[in-house]
Amino acid sequence: MSEKYIARSEKVAWRLLDGEMIIMSALDSTLFNLNAVATLIWQAADGRTSLSEIVRGLICEEFDVDSDVAYRDAEAFVNELASHRILTMSDQPVASSGDRENP
Amino acid sequence: MSLMEQLNRKALRLGVPLSVHLDVTYRCNERCEHCYLEHDDHGEMTTSEIGSLLGQLEQSGVFFLTVSGGEPLVRRDCFEILEVARSLGFNVKLKTNAVLVKEQEARKLRSLGVEQIQISVYSDRPEVHDAITKVPGSLLRTVAAIRFLKAQGLKVTVANVLMKSNFQDSSGVRALAAELGAQFALDPTITPMLNGDRSPLRLRITAAEVRSAFRDSNLVGDVDAFCAPPPPVDDEMHEGFPCSAGHTACYISPYGDVYPCVQFPLPCGNVRKETFLNIWKNSSQLREVRSIRGKDLPTCSSCAHLGTCTRCPGLAYMEGNMRGPSWADCEKSFLRTGIFTAGMLARGVVPSANVHGLVQIDQRQTL
Repeated sequence: MSEKYIARSEKVAWRLLDGEMIIMSALDSTLFNLNAVATLIWQAADGRTSLSEIVRGLICEEFDVDSDVAYRDAEAFVNELASHRILTMSDQPVASSGDRENP
Repeated sequence: MSLMEQLNRKALRLGVPLSVHLDVTYRCNERCEHCYLEHDDHGEMTTSEIGSLLGQLEQSGVFFLTVSGGEPLVRRDCFEILEVARSLGFNVKLKTNAVLVKEQEARKLRSLGVEQIQISVYSDRPEVHDAITKVPGSLLRTVAAIRFLKAQGLKVTVANVLMKSNFQDSSGVRALAAELGAQFALDPTITPMLNGDRSPLRLRITAAEVRSAFRDSNLVGDVDAFCAPPPPVDDEMHEGFPCSAGHTACYISPYGDVYPCVQFPLPCGNVRKETFLNIWKNSSQLREVRSIRGKDLPTCSSCAHLGTCTRCPGLAYMEGNMRGPSWADCEKSFLRTGIFTAGMLARGVVPSANVHGLVQIDQRQTL
């Protein structure tokens, strides 16, 4: 299995509200409301940390969940966000808006 | 319930100012005849002050940020302000006349991820638009700018403010917006100036024209639904509040003054003297605005239109009582449905058979 690196798009707006991340794409004005787990993944999407590291180091640390199940769920989540172009995926580390600030 | 409605309810429950309208200047390169602002600079916030304010807004949970003016792009630091706002994650909407937008500016707005640009277009005919802005060539420049913005893939909304002088041109503006690939929004509301000067109201379209506009499916969609009688007033309407002003939204002037809304000039504090969050949470004026429910409105609580009226508490405030009727909205409710409002009955206005005559009576009473 190849590693996946995820980075937040610079064309989105975001705000953390009551522990859940709101995201709106500037490309199509779609609004997303992420739950607590998805919010952790979004916040960690700096383009340099692999998805497996995010799942292992954040999700499995924070929540009582099987790592394989957590990875599959996380992969489905990032695929969906990537399809809306609010995350980018790469098999190599990339720079991202995460270099500029930490939402 | 849509995600946006859920978000608004959550913000209301948490007391979060989800939306802020920030005017970065009152200066402008146009002199629109209906404008509610004075254009002299009385000491605008500096770049640094606005940067600090944006940080406070982010910390307060503000998500939707409208940057406007005056003409925001007359500030040399406007793009710097937009860049700070975007780096803080705001969803940014820019309201501009776009006269200063060329290809380079359009590219910058695209690269910054500005979500939407709203541009006022008064007519598709230069002689009408330019007469309103008092700037020869302004329509040509604005339309050229919209093309630059659309070429960058940006979302543009053409806002068409209806006045006596351009009422006949709204279909032309709609067609122009469609040709440019822009959205179209109609605004029939002309407000008094923020300093209380009511002279812009003379530009309002007549009641007959409002009535005609309300029966144009191109403007309102389903005419039968739009003009339907209001549903019976229920407890939910009595417990409801009129709009988001002061509840999940507010307005900040170029001088740092905080108001419930850009159309509600009730001073609530100044961010040069105290923090935004302190004003938002503790201002006695904002608390008072938030306390008002439908049942607390002495006239409107008994009105058949309570649940559907677009009553603007800011316009009511400018008419003398934030708990009173907003006469402009009384007119709209009546002209939409043909059913008198409690405000009309309380004022003893007896409309003539000629609807136009009603407005003449109103203008003599309120100007």
